[in-house]
Amino acid sequence: MIETDILIVGAGPCGLFTVFEAGLLKLRCHLVDALPQPGGQLTEIYPKKPIYDIPGFPEVLAGDLIDHLMKQAAPFKPGFTLGERAESIEKTEDGKFILTSSRGTKHKAPVIAIAGGLGCFEPRKPPIANISDFEDKGIEYIVRDPNFYKGKKVVVSGGGDSALDWSIFLANNVAESVTLIHRSKSFRGHPDSVQKVLDMSASGKINLLTDAEVIGVNGNGVLKEVKVQHQDNSESAITTDHWLPLFGLSPKLGPLADWGLNIDKNSIEVNTFDYSTNVPGIYAIGDINTYPGKLKLILCGFHEATLMVQSAFKRIYPDKNYVLKYTTVNGVNGF
Amino acid sequence: MDNLIKITVIDRDGKEHQLDGPTDMNMNMMELCKSYELPVEGTCGGMAMCATCHMYVVSDHSILERNDDEEAMLDQAFFVKSNSRLGCQIHLSQELDGLKVQLAEVGA
Repeated sequence: MIETDILIVGAGPCGLFTVFEAGLLKLRCHLVDALPQPGGQLTEIYPKKPIYDIPGFPEVLAGDLIDHLMKQAAPFKPGFTLGERAESIEKTEDGKFILTSSRGTKHKAPVIAIAGGLGCFEPRKPPIANISDFEDKGIEYIVRDPNFYKGKKVVVSGGGDSALDWSIFLANNVAESVTLIHRSKSFRGHPDSVQKVLDMSASGKINLLTDAEVIGVNGNGVLKEVKVQHQDNSESAITTDHWLPLFGLSPKLGPLADWGLNIDKNSIEVNTFDYSTNVPGIYAIGDINTYPGKLKLILCGFHEATLMVQSAFKRIYPDKNYVLKYTTVNGVNGF
Repeated sequence: MDNLIKITVIDRDGKEHQLDGPTDMNMNMMELCKSYELPVEGTCGGMAMCATCHMYVVSDHSILERNDDEEAMLDQAFFVKSNSRLGCQIHLSQELDGLKVQLAEVGA
């Protein structure tokens, strides 16, 4: 069991800055994030994009901002549970929370701060009505163990790097056959990978179908075939053991939606006095919360984090008096 | 009024909405739809990085030229057609007066 003062759900800019502000109040933090690296959408979606509205930084790359925030938080030695989604919470008798991750890691804290941004990043699923019938029964959105596909017939969909790279890998003496299906003729992946796929298509190692899209799946308990629609609207069926739709990740609110919090249009309602939710001890800050006048800006999230930890402090130490101190006077004293 | 163009958006239920689009606010179609509270997510904020503002150009405006970022994102979208665009990459200008678009279905 991991124990801390403030358990932060989401390791994006808001979650990371919370570590710093909490640290100034001698509160320890631990962060849980579904992504394998800290930074949230800044590192996952747009690490090389410049941001121009961080006070004091006329221009900063999103990835660099995260590096700076990690450095700023470092003296307070935050803990991280990465690559695991915050799944469920329960209340203990001593008024604390136990949060369990998707891999069963348990965390205990008196305060939970949800800084979940857009939600958790999950694979984009093609809009096919019965697709869930075959999930993990032939349809996988992520390749966990390539050996799983040894000697199997595999269909891959997508035009990006992961579709290209897995097609190449699986077609090299792993799968019995590999069919790559892509909606257009051109690929946006790494030029080397694109060339390799075209070469392997020419030599017959990859069955390449362009200007085509999988529009249906069939099977009997397990996947048996995918239905493909071609540019001229004709349809064909491909017999297969597996289908890997690799269309990247998109954010979903996910399990947070079932934590008993008041939710309005995919955002958590908070009181702007301290960004508390309707559940005492659970706060929500940054893009994931909503209140009258809300703006989804990083700089607003920083402000919310700062006010939130003051309230968290009073909750954790109701009998301790405290006054705001300035870092210019006291410096930063880490753990 | 000056600097306003007329735009029609067909939502996912087939209902038509008449929008006034300002051409002097550096706005795009994703933002315009959001400002009218139409169901367009615009998750990434307009960087052509999420495809949640996927729409079809229905009217006869010659704005089907897609940029590279947009093509790459449409590779991760579904129901892509020859008239698919990302709303965030359609910048409102006087030439787009009378534009008609239809919101694409969203994936699960």
